[in-house]
Amino acid sequence: MTEQYHSATAPVLAPGHNNKSVTEKIAGVVLTQKTPKGWFIVFAITFMVMHAMVFSLGSLVVRGIGLWGINQPVGWGLDIINFVWWIGIGHAGTLISAILLLLRQQWRMSISRFAEAMTIFAVMCAGLYPVFHTGRPWLAYWLLPYPNTMALWPQPRSPLVWDVFAVSTYMTVSIVFWYVGLIPDLGTMRDRAKTMFGKKMYGFFSLGWRGSARHWHVYETASLLLAGLSTPLVVSVHSVVSFDFAAGIIPGWHTTVFPPYFVAGAVFAGFAMVLTLGIPIRKLYGLEDYITDKHLDNMAKVMLTTGLVVVYGYFLEVFFAFYSANEYEIAMAHNRFSGPYSAMYWALILCNFIVPQLLWIHSFRRNTTVLFIVSMFINVGMWLERFVIIPMSLHRDFLPSSWGFYMPTIFDWGAFIGSIGFFTFMMFLFIRGLPMISIFEVRTLIKKPAQGGGH
Amino acid sequence: MAQIFRPSANLLAKSSIVGGAILVAALGFGLDTLFRSPYNTNVRVARDQPVPFSHKHHVAGIGIDCRYCHTSVEKAAFAGIPPTETCMSCHSQIWSDAPMLEPVRESFRSGKPLQWTRVHDLPQFVYFNHSIHVTKGMGCAVCHGRVDQMPLMYQENTLFMEWCLDCHRQPEKYIRPKDKVFEMGYKPAEDQSVLGARLVQEYKVRKLTDCAVCHR
Repeated sequence: MTEQYHSATAPVLAPGHNNKSVTEKIAGVVLTQKTPKGWFIVFAITFMVMHAMVFSLGSLVVRGIGLWGINQPVGWGLDIINFVWWIGIGHAGTLISAILLLLRQQWRMSISRFAEAMTIFAVMCAGLYPVFHTGRPWLAYWLLPYPNTMALWPQPRSPLVWDVFAVSTYMTVSIVFWYVGLIPDLGTMRDRAKTMFGKKMYGFFSLGWRGSARHWHVYETASLLLAGLSTPLVVSVHSVVSFDFAAGIIPGWHTTVFPPYFVAGAVFAGFAMVLTLGIPIRKLYGLEDYITDKHLDNMAKVMLTTGLVVVYGYFLEVFFAFYSANEYEIAMAHNRFSGPYSAMYWALILCNFIVPQLLWIHSFRRNTTVLFIVSMFINVGMWLERFVIIPMSLHRDFLPSSWGFYMPTIFDWGAFIGSIGFFTFMMFLFIRGLPMISIFEVRTLIKKPAQGGGH
Repeated sequence: MAQIFRPSANLLAKSSIVGGAILVAALGFGLDTLFRSPYNTNVRVARDQPVPFSHKHHVAGIGIDCRYCHTSVEKAAFAGIPPTETCMSCHSQIWSDAPMLEPVRESFRSGKPLQWTRVHDLPQFVYFNHSIHVTKGMGCAVCHGRVDQMPLMYQENTLFMEWCLDCHRQPEKYIRPKDKVFEMGYKPAEDQSVLGARLVQEYKVRKLTDCAVCHR
């Protein structure tokens, strides 16, 4: 049995399924009275944790941005770290649904819906931070170009403005892509729903889907076009985020390696988060037939690859610091190795460099416990990476007289931990209300009986 | 299977797309209109004052110069609100027992200044200096309008930033000779495009449009 999984053609859907069993299993997760107890526990906990964010950000609105630890010289703290971290996490969904669709990778089908939902909720979390970072979130619409009484337009030379467009485009395209992919399944849900409320809700959002040949034709075209639209976003969004730093002159920011290094880090972090949430949910709902060991193996390989690109980035940063012979760049490298925050740097090396090397071992890539622990390390590591880049570069720049120290406050942590609660809360809301695996796509994976002999 | 929706749902669904677009556009237009309306800007809305002081009467009728009351306009950021003594320099002699002027006399007796309602109220985050404007050829009426025709004081302009920038970007459109700054019914003696360009050069007026010029 295990021998079969070793081959490149190992099934991405366990054998023995037919259209009926697939539909009943996946739709049954939603259309059931017997929601597992674990769902309620996680839902309740994350709902409460979410309120740490509601309270922190609410206090910030009332009392002002002084509640956060940011000040001169570290004006970008946990808020921007979290922004970059969350945006990165979203990238797995876009990669899976866009690039892997264009590359016709069948294994994407059973994880794409789930990963795309993660993208949307991660971008929601990410979007909050720059808005509250402005200090006056009710004026956040100033970020957009609109005719105003100030006779002003956003500064087009600033990467921060590109960021507004990159992230809002990303959000829009992700939502549209995810929703369009849901329409055929919403039709299935409408037909299977037992309550009138369910029928009406799924019916409304399925936009009159009847599954006719014409509908499928339009759907396939739209899906391909959206995949084409999303593909550049996989690369562009995090590249633009990296310009926020790379276009600055601070040692530790002003580096040409940033765009590819950020994009690889984003995919790395995204797949780690897919596994962090996917492994427990797969267990909770008994979805091992759909998210098979083959999926875990492939995701682990993607993490290993992108992780090595990220490590190459770490190496280049240090290499160029010394190769440049620029005293400020060298001081930045020394500050990372042995400065006041050096523990964060070495923890980053442990989380993102040393621990992921476990994924070279074949049996670890199929072991959910090991994978879960490794992906947790990567989640932490990617957060630390942004900490190393942002406050660690800012707190010691060119002039020792302007050096400072950054210490996040309880409100920084509240907003961060609360956003994790919000994200998980939204994911659990999603798996309760919508099919978390694409029913119609998984149905195409079913092996036809050999003696069928064509149509 | 029973139908979930009536046939009319098709029409509703399609028209809601158009309706949604119209709604968003109407909301944007409505908010913009509201923001620019006198409801928000107070343009041409006369304010209640403790004494119904008429600039029309004092400026056009009697011919008092702006600087008689607003004494610091040429030297300081703030043009100055006259002390009660300035009023009393005339009103101890004329209209000395008009009931309308009782608050002025009361202020004079008690030494407590009159509490005028501020008409031109720039936000605190904007630095504005009257002296540089009037000494570089910006007439009072350019910003304040024909004060000599206002029975009760009101704001002639919005004080929006676009309004400030209109002049800061093209000062030649509004500049006038220095000796005409306090003239109310001023009309340029020659073509403003010629005169303005010359005066801008002569008075060394720069186009100050950096953020930090006003937002210090």
